[in-house]
This record gives sequence, C-alpha cells and structure tokens, in this order.
Amino acid sequence: MREMIKMVVVLTVLSAFSGGLLAAIRDNTKEKIENQQLTFVKGPAIKAIFEGATNDPIADRFKLQDGDVERSFFVGVFDGKASAVALESFGKGYGGDVGLMVGVNVADDTILRVGVTTHQETPGLGARAKTDAGFAGQFKGASLKEPVKVSNDGGKINALSGATITSRAACSAATDVGEIYKRLKPQLEEKLKEFK
Amino acid sequence: MAKSLAQEFAKGLWEEIPPFRLVLGLCPILAVTKTVENGVGMGLATTFVLLGSNLFVSLLRKVIPAKVRIACFIIIIATFVTVVELVMQAYAYPLFLKLGIFIPLIVVNCIVLGRSEAFAYKNGVLPSLADGLGIGIGFTISLGALGGVRELLGSGTLTFWEKPAFVMTDIAPAFQPFQFMVEAPGAFVGLGLMLCLMNLVGSK
Repeated sequence: MREMIKMVVVLTVLSAFSGGLLAAIRDNTKEKIENQQLTFVKGPAIKAIFEGATNDPIADRFKLQDGDVERSFFVGVFDGKASAVALESFGKGYGGDVGLMVGVNVADDTILRVGVTTHQETPGLGARAKTDAGFAGQFKGASLKEPVKVSNDGGKINALSGATITSRAACSAATDVGEIYKRLKPQLEEKLKEFK
Repeated sequence: MAKSLAQEFAKGLWEEIPPFRLVLGLCPILAVTKTVENGVGMGLATTFVLLGSNLFVSLLRKVIPAKVRIACFIIIIATFVTVVELVMQAYAYPLFLKLGIFIPLIVVNCIVLGRSEAFAYKNGVLPSLADGLGIGIGFTISLGALGGVRELLGSGTLTFWEKPAFVMTDIAPAFQPFQFMVEAPGAFVGLGLMLCLMNLVGSK
C-alpha cells in the first residue's frame, strides 16, 4: 500500500512540476514565437499581397475580437493611405487545413491578392496552390460580397488540375474571409483611420 | 563504477558513439541528415535533452519507485523536449521548420531513454552529466558527419546558417550532384559505409 501511494505521489508531483515549468516557458516565448511565425510563414505571403506598400504590414498589425475568437489584421498603406487589410482563414484541404492570406481592398470590397500560407497538400498537385502564381492570380479583383467558388461549382476560379479539393479549400477560405470582413467592417474602418 | 568522469565522457565519443557503435536512434539519423546543419541542429537538441534528463533522473533516482520509473523518465524527457521545441521556435525558426516532427520525436529516441535507464538511474549526478554530454556530443558529431557526407555528395555544397560555406564545383568543376545520397536509401548506404570505416579503424 505504501508503495502504491509513493508511486502516485511521485508521478503527480513530477507531472505537476513539469507542467508548471512548461507553462512558464510557453508564456515567455509566446510572443517571440508569434513574431517568428509571422516572419517566416505568413511573412512571404503578406509581402507579396502588399507589393508596393509603403509601410511594413507585419509591424502594422492589429487584432479585433470576432465573437469568441481574436483575429489578426495586417494593414497595407498605399500612396499614404491605409487602403487595404489582409487576414488569414483556413479551408479544409486534401491533407489538412489550407491557410489562405487574403488582401482586401477596403474601398470596393474586392480581393487585392491572395497567398497560401500553410498547407500539407500533395507535392506537385495541391501544393501548387502555393507556388503557381496563375492560380492565386485568379482571385485578384473578385468581389467579397458573394462566395468565391471554383468553376465546377459555378464560380470563376479555375481549379488546379488534379487538385480540386485544394482549390475548393482556397475558395472556401476566401469566402470565409469575406464573411469575417463583412462582420467586422465597421470596426476595421475605424481602426484604419489610425494609420496615416 | 571505477571509471573516471573523463572516461565516462570520452566513451560517448568513440567507444559507445551512439549511432555507430550502439546503432540506436536511427530514425532521426536517417530522416534529418540531409544537410550538415540539420544534423548538427538535431544533435544539439538531443544533447540538451540528454543532459537534462540524465541530470534529473540521477537526482531523483532514489525517489522514483522502480515500478513506475519508465513513466517518470518519459515525463522528464518529454518536458525537456518541449522546452527545446519552444526555444527552437522562438530563436531558430527556420531550423525548426526543417526538423519539424523529428523534434517532438526525441521523446521516443531510444538513446535518451536508454541512457536514463541504463546509466543515470544507477549512477550519481556527475557521472550522469558526463555520460549525457559525451553521448550527446558523440551523437552530434555522427549526425554532422553523416549530414556532411550526404550533403556534399548529394547536393555538392556544405551549408551553415543558410549560407553555402563550401561548393563542390569550386574545386571540381565537373562534379555532378549524386542525388541518391540525399534520398532515404543514401542514408542507409552512408551510415553503413561510415560504420564499416569505423570498424576498420577500430579493429587495428
């Protein structure tokens, strides 16, 4: 009996201690990790979306509360005016979630440019969503007022050959961005006035 | 244990150098040694985990009940692995992206668990630290060497911190990269050849 109690006590204390230690380290590295992820994972997509912007979109970011979740927005300043925001959403791809960063032109609610951030799609098929500039280019100018769809589903986006699921994932992410954008537009415009 | 600290340390470098002599921990070896940088990064991460787990296992060896020792080892090891994962994400993100899933997999690396079970649980703190450091450095050197050979033959370069430090075609313009070496079978062949070389030298 004593031995049993000892086992339980040792395991409990050990687990509690390591849990506490990890929580402390996680809290201390959280901000740093977020910055690194932004620079290395989302950075390239954001930079490509805001080509020609005069600010640093990664530094000029803010968060807005959307229901229960907090969403990050990146701001692009063009010709001295904060006229575009980018936000990321996810769609269900073939190998997991496909992250799509969507730049939105605030003046007319259209897509500025998009870029795939994270994905686990098949190399050579779905993975082309990230590398094939022609695919991402089709989103340019699409209106966010209506859902973005691939041509098979009655939309305007031509799916990547052999990667319909991935293409649909990108479209659903873009549609999702449109919905978030519509919900938060009043607060967004308020925030954008701060960037001059 | 009659061995001195220096001997405990040194045995990890040659006598018991992990992948070659013990032939343990092959999973990360085969998977990450495509370049020197990956190999050395993986080796250093493992060294840190080994040091931490050996230290704590030897410190707590009188408290840990024998029946749940493996569970306790795993908690300690997993803690250190998570520390490495977080720190690497915060300070060496590109390396973390390349090593990816193989960092959390250090938890089940048999070298780490093996050292806890076979050494740290039976020895004092100082010998355990010496053992962990020796085995860790031995592992780092092995991964670095195998990574170097594979990268040199397979891609014709040696890369440190994203910068190519040595390009094969500089000294041998006709050199063609031997793609096979960076594929998975190349790892087996590379490992086998190095093992053979070590046995050749050691048998004299």
